[in-house]
Amino acid sequence: MAIETVHIQEKVTGQFGAHVRCFEMQRDIFSFEADASVIHEVIRFLKEDEELNFHFLTDLAGVHYPDNDDDHQFAVVYQLHNWVENTRIRVRTYLNQDPEVATITDLFLCANWMEREAYDFYGINFQGHPQLKRILNMDEMVSFPMRKEFPMEDSGRTDKDDRFFGRTPANC
Amino acid sequence: MSDLLLPPEHRYAKIIESRRNEDGSELSILNLGPTHPATHGIFQNILLMDGERILDAEPTVGYIHRAFEKIAENRAFYQINVLTDRMNYCSSPINNMAWWMTVEKLLKIEVPKRAQYLRVIVMELARIADHIICNSILGVDTGAYTGFLYVFQFREKIYEIYEEICGARLTTNMGRIGGFERDWSEEAFRKLNVFLEEFPVAWKEFENLFERNRIFIDRTVNVGPITAERAMEYGFTGPNLRAAGIDYDVRKAAPYSSYDDFDFEIPVGQSGDTYDRFCVRNAEVWESLSIIRQALAKLPEGPHHADVPDYYLPPKDEVYNNMESLIYHFKIVMGEVPVPVEEIYHAVEGGNGELGFYLIADGSRTPYRLKFRRPCYIYYQAYPEMIKGAMLSDAIVILSSLNVIAGELDA
Amino acid sequence: MENNTPKMVAPPEGVTGEGFFATKLSDVVGLARANSLWPLPFATSCCGIEFMATMASHYDLARFGSERVSFSPRQADMLLVMGTISKKMAPILRQVYEQMSEPRWVIAVGACASSGGVFDTYSVLQGIDKVIPVDVYVPGCPPRPEQIVQGVMQLQDLVKNESVRRRNSPEYKELLASYNL
Repeated sequence: MAIETVHIQEKVTGQFGAHVRCFEMQRDIFSFEADASVIHEVIRFLKEDEELNFHFLTDLAGVHYPDNDDDHQFAVVYQLHNWVENTRIRVRTYLNQDPEVATITDLFLCANWMEREAYDFYGINFQGHPQLKRILNMDEMVSFPMRKEFPMEDSGRTDKDDRFFGRTPANC
Repeated sequence: MSDLLLPPEHRYAKIIESRRNEDGSELSILNLGPTHPATHGIFQNILLMDGERILDAEPTVGYIHRAFEKIAENRAFYQINVLTDRMNYCSSPINNMAWWMTVEKLLKIEVPKRAQYLRVIVMELARIADHIICNSILGVDTGAYTGFLYVFQFREKIYEIYEEICGARLTTNMGRIGGFERDWSEEAFRKLNVFLEEFPVAWKEFENLFERNRIFIDRTVNVGPITAERAMEYGFTGPNLRAAGIDYDVRKAAPYSSYDDFDFEIPVGQSGDTYDRFCVRNAEVWESLSIIRQALAKLPEGPHHADVPDYYLPPKDEVYNNMESLIYHFKIVMGEVPVPVEEIYHAVEGGNGELGFYLIADGSRTPYRLKFRRPCYIYYQAYPEMIKGAMLSDAIVILSSLNVIAGELDA
Repeated sequence: MENNTPKMVAPPEGVTGEGFFATKLSDVVGLARANSLWPLPFATSCCGIEFMATMASHYDLARFGSERVSFSPRQADMLLVMGTISKKMAPILRQVYEQMSEPRWVIAVGACASSGGVFDTYSVLQGIDKVIPVDVYVPGCPPRPEQIVQGVMQLQDLVKNESVRRRNSPEYKELLASYNL
């Protein structure tokens, strides 16, 4: 007994108007896009509205789109879940080259490390995050490794001869 | 600059400075890990201690960060399975199957009933293996080595079954897109039946050894409790959440691989403490055994993989003797298979909770972005809060009972 | 149980006479060392789980004189590095190695510890021999417990034949110097 997607769309558009768009079913999950300026309020609305009640943050992922235009370089994808109605929803927001977005750690405690991970990988600045520092990589690291321009392999590699692995150093 | 951005030892030094007592006693900093033998994996926690009591803790993670997500962006879909093994290595078949199901969902492949049932069997075996490790190690941490030695034999038996299915013990790399690489051998079913006969006896004894054991109860009851609300806030899933009393289980909420064909209960606890987590895992093992029995009884005949030549590698002898198979083989290996442009999220009930794969496919042979929702990573955040006010020795027990797997935590 | 007599380790080569047995000091020390190697498991990931299986009842590493798993580097003879060592972890591994007292041996268990394995990425150390000297490499991802046991036996052979003076030799000092130890 999932919540009607039309109903979600009506409620969200009623609240945020032109700030939300691109409502669609992505296979089994209803998804839409929201402006970075309102994303915090959108998540709060989804969580606190009594009917929608998306009370569980399943996942928060950063994505890098280097081929997009300047305003759509990065995306933060939030996946929320309502256990009572068993409905999932996916909200995404696009960010520009200097990615900054409001934190949702005040809404979901578990967003803390998820946002730190996104910062570590993509350099997305979550404004208002209590402890925004690297989490998985070393503090000394300067690059944001999951951005597409950074190669997967370590550049200081000496033990593996690329000729034997059938690849060139630029192949990544 | 916020105080939290400082290294914890600096922050704690300030607190120690301000809290020097008149009787000369003072707080101290203790570095627990990352190579501490009792932590089963590499977790570092810098603790602020008042004698034996923990006042504050800050975990550092990332000591085996292996960049799974980056590798995944550079590997073809069928190669990523190798990574999933090494994520939660205590229950690798669950991860393997979860990944295949994600890809099948993307490619809209319908898997035959037999393969689905076989998957259920192997996933439940993996869950048993996972819970054996967690619960027996919890026993070791409370001072009972016997249980560990006793039930670990049966984990070996599970590994032998894996070997019959796929040839590997721990990192199984089991299955293919659309099903299994081969049907299970007679020997696999024989070993499975022997296991189903022998293991319940041992597990019952193991339970008896602990569940009413005075020492064990004293060490675990009311140690590291977490309320249901708090657990939900922290993103708990799996046995740790169910121990707090919420019956959320992906197998029931969004049944995959024919889980809705089977009749099973979701065991829940009450207080969310270490003892409840132990008991929930124990009870889940019984449910898993029952699911395996049902699946074996109902196991249909039929093919062990879907008929999808575009994605399922043909047998080697056909590749050498048959033009069509050779072409398919070439196309799969060279990555010239059709992949839709879509976003998929697929979740399964892993050993530790909701294991999800968020996959953005851009039509090429590799994922554009693959995000692993690793349950450990998310609920380990609650650890500092759970050990606050506890004794140092309790901190170890709480960590064991959470079953945090370093590989999954750090990805 | 057809044979309950305990199996004895064969004595080294020597001269036997009435009431005495003469052999080289090196051989006696080697024999003693080889059969009482205390392992320090430095387990980080999957291979650590296989090591647990090696220690547990089924494979029982204790049969090879490694009954006592020493978690303190000071009292350990052989460092078993099991699992991926990331660059964040490398300094800690080095520190643990430095804390061990001579003579000390190192086994790299599994593909990751030996060469980085499948994790050819920015965050993973491509083999622990980048930071510490290694005596025996055990292949496999992860190796089976039998392979780990074989690695230990290989090391026993090395230990048995090692001269008591090796640790003072200029070659050994040069080796350590090449690692800045």
